[in-house]
Amino acid sequence: MPVRPARTNLSDSPAEPALRTRVFDAADLRRAVTRIAHEIVERNHGADDVVLVGMYTRGVALAQRIVAAIASFETVAVPLGTLDVAFYRDDIGLRPVAPLGPTEVPDISGHVVVLVDDVLFTGRTARAALDALTELGRPRAVQLAVLVDRGHRELPIRADYVGKNLPTKIAEDVRVRFAEVDGGADAVELWSSAGSTSPERAGET
Amino acid sequence: MKHLLSVDDLGSRAEIEEMLDLTESFVEVTRREIPKVPALRGRVIVSLFYEDSTRTRLSFETAAKRLSADVMTFSVSTSSVRKGESLRDTVQTIEAMGVHGIVVRHGAAGAAHRVASWSQASVINAGDGRHEHPTQALLDAFTLRTHRGPSLDGCRVAIVGDIRNSRVARSDVKIFHTLGCQLTLVGPPTLMPERLDGWPVRVAHDLDDVLADVDVVYMLRIQRERISQALFPSEREYAHRYGLNAQRMARCKPDTLVMHPGPMNRGVEISGEVADSARSLITEQVTNGVAVRMAVLWKLLGSGGPIV
Repeated sequence: MPVRPARTNLSDSPAEPALRTRVFDAADLRRAVTRIAHEIVERNHGADDVVLVGMYTRGVALAQRIVAAIASFETVAVPLGTLDVAFYRDDIGLRPVAPLGPTEVPDISGHVVVLVDDVLFTGRTARAALDALTELGRPRAVQLAVLVDRGHRELPIRADYVGKNLPTKIAEDVRVRFAEVDGGADAVELWSSAGSTSPERAGET
Repeated sequence: MKHLLSVDDLGSRAEIEEMLDLTESFVEVTRREIPKVPALRGRVIVSLFYEDSTRTRLSFETAAKRLSADVMTFSVSTSSVRKGESLRDTVQTIEAMGVHGIVVRHGAAGAAHRVASWSQASVINAGDGRHEHPTQALLDAFTLRTHRGPSLDGCRVAIVGDIRNSRVARSDVKIFHTLGCQLTLVGPPTLMPERLDGWPVRVAHDLDDVLADVDVVYMLRIQRERISQALFPSEREYAHRYGLNAQRMARCKPDTLVMHPGPMNRGVEISGEVADSARSLITEQVTNGVAVRMAVLWKLLGSGGPIV
């Protein structure tokens, strides 16, 4: 077997993050939102008993879009809440944590709550949101809707409604852009993080 | 931020405003049916009060409990301090039992700084002698902002009373000045600090001259002990010259607000009628005190706090 010389990085500093794939453009995102909206109404046999609760920051924008989508094909205005989970996180004291927005949740007791977030990853944010909701009322059921499920769950949490299942490496970064939050066009993009673009690392997860 | 010993520790104007904005999140928590979040679960906070205080101590303890922290109260009257144990030994005893935050009120200026030097915990100054009372300043600024809007630029504040002996006045002057207010201190010359060099304030000795031109009248409690020190002749004369009563309120602008750190001597520095009027922010100050102290505890022990 020929002995291959060891590859060396040209510099010691980590590579810049780089765009690998555009997963959704604006039209794909709109279709995914419409489909999720239909699935929510179908699974719950109508939208009458449903409350959507968006998690800051992009989960709120996504929840607003789902509410608008539902209103376009059902004659129901689904109540919308906003939830900040900063005080329920399990990494307080391990890293800087700050609240991102006001928590304003309508009456949820006895209703079906659909938690909405843009990306589902380790599941820790969803767990924090469940704890927060439990203190705000007693829903009849809680369901989870996400735009992207990128795998790598660290807790036994799963989403009920998923826009896109996207297997990723841990070092990669899923970036969701909503026009009303980030400016520009809607998009979902997969970016490689610093240091993960060199070929010999492609096999790592 | 590791300690809050003085208003200076809060940083720049932008950082103070950030802390005040953060307080809004905690106001929302206090309004819930279950006003509690698990944010500081497992943290131990000791309140170390060498001076009497009902509202400040309860306010801190409520704030800590609303964040799910464990709270211990060190009450001097039932402690080994009566056996002559020094402040340093007391702090080190508490430290040895494992503590993350210490809230200190003491009669000596600089006591909180000393406690901070003897302990690994985060220290909050709840009042040290005549020096400072930073959380009072924060809750005063927060309360005022809820009425005057997020910018206090140009807001004219008169602080009236025993400035000389007031840690509240010293902290309030710092915070209100940093936030853009124009300050006037009002009181008899005997109750003014010996020197006011470098203080960003005007001084007036006649309250009636000042009332028509201010947006906020902040009354300080007058202590009866000052009479025996011959700093003013009698309570009645003080009330007559410097007390805020209905006739004086009528001379203010219709939107002038009234504040007081409490506890009040009704009928002396402030009449009951004014204290209970619609322009008085006094009860709101107390309510906001809990949310403000939650924000401070969160900032020191939660968000960017030391890794536990």
